[in-house]
Amino acid sequence: MSTPKDFAAGIDSDQRRSPTRVVFVTRRTSAQVKVSREDQVQTFPEVLFRAALAIELLAILLVVFSLFFNAPLEGIADPTHTPNPAKAPWYFLGLQELLHYFPPVVAGVLVPTLLIVSLIVIPYFNINIEASGMFLKDRARRKQIFYIATAGMLIFLLLFHVYVAVAPTVIVALGMVVAAHSTPESPSQLRRYLASKPLSYWIMTWFLLELIVLTAVGTFFRGPGWSWVWPWRS
Amino acid sequence: MNAEQTIEKVRGSRIWRSVFRSGTGNSTLHRALAIQQNIFLHLFATKVRKRMVRFSATWYLGTLTLGTFLILVITGILLMLYYHPSVPQAYADMKDLQFVVSSGLFLRNLHRWSAQLMVFLVFAHMFKVFYRGAYRTPREFNWVVGIVLLLITLLLSYTGYLLPWDQLAFWAITVGSNLSSAVPLVGNKIHFLLLGGNQVNANALLRFYVLHCVVLPIMAVLFIAVHFWRIRKDGGLYVQQSEPKAQAPSDSIEPAQEVK
Repeated sequence: MSTPKDFAAGIDSDQRRSPTRVVFVTRRTSAQVKVSREDQVQTFPEVLFRAALAIELLAILLVVFSLFFNAPLEGIADPTHTPNPAKAPWYFLGLQELLHYFPPVVAGVLVPTLLIVSLIVIPYFNINIEASGMFLKDRARRKQIFYIATAGMLIFLLLFHVYVAVAPTVIVALGMVVAAHSTPESPSQLRRYLASKPLSYWIMTWFLLELIVLTAVGTFFRGPGWSWVWPWRS
Repeated sequence: MNAEQTIEKVRGSRIWRSVFRSGTGNSTLHRALAIQQNIFLHLFATKVRKRMVRFSATWYLGTLTLGTFLILVITGILLMLYYHPSVPQAYADMKDLQFVVSSGLFLRNLHRWSAQLMVFLVFAHMFKVFYRGAYRTPREFNWVVGIVLLLITLLLSYTGYLLPWDQLAFWAITVGSNLSSAVPLVGNKIHFLLLGGNQVNANALLRFYVLHCVVLPIMAVLFIAVHFWRIRKDGGLYVQQSEPKAQAPSDSIEPAQEVK
């Protein structure tokens, strides 16, 4: 009586279709040996004590800061008197800045929803699993798509007068241009580094820069009627 | 009897041993049991890779975020003793904290600044995890739990923003909650549900208070527990695989040259 087979023999090099594979090391290639055993420390007491120490230092810093700087408190809420400008908490000022350019359904609903969804799908995205440099495969076609997408994005931003979002876009695009013209064999360390970065890295970096710039603009550079002000001239 | 002996005696006592299941002793086994046999600590692994303990590996951003959360829970409970979620008493309580309650202003400062720092640290933690590549298989789900915790943190901060009932609070929440009206079809319904009315009023204050002090903190604690537990289940803190070294132009230098 034969037991049913729980494996299938075949030749495949696609790690997504057949994650468990038997590797035959032929005489010409050498197997890469990965170090799997490494020094470990006991969570108790070493790691927990370090964590406690970190939290205590943080608490001391916050206590000292709280002794010297008071939390803001304005007059009692008055629905009949609108301050100009009325600003959201600082971490939403990036969105409020977008609200200045786009209708509420875009800046207040569509953009946040898309952001959350794209943050959630990051690890499930094929490109990330491959985690290989964006322009290392299929370079010509990917470069073409990249140039079209970047030009489209810039035209879109300029069309809606979102000038503050242009600089981060240009910076990331320049990095990608360098990456597109670099190879892992490049003599420059920076170029080797950029060439190895996948699409998710570029999108996340762009998101990070936009987040910083838009939040900073909304916090410091916006005055009455959401007009542009220089913070050092007030 | 010196202090050490006293501690040993206490740890060996029947009462102590009835509470802590791991028993006494300093062996590696006992240290492992101290984690394993404790309902809170068993969320963590008993051992951590040595290089992940270094500051440069994680910048301790997750730990520090937990630190701000703990400070917020403690100061928040104390603040609740002096606060009434009603109009206009809420604002009067702010003034009392400032002028009547001993260290009341300090308490509010600590809560406020810790909250701001927590939002910042959560974002920093997320980007650090991303750039380390620590979200990759098999840690996808813990990344998603992290995103949920980011949203909970933002909501906690946002609901807390209204509670002082000053001009800053009122108009920031007015601006923010007006966005919910922009949702197609059901926008106005969501707006009404959120505020308990068509504009920010006493009902909104009560709703935000309940969300801020009960609903969201419970959700945060649950998801934080899952977040920690999944670190262990997913194989401990992610160790960055050293990327295959790029073939530097040193390849062109033939070993034969050294021989010469």
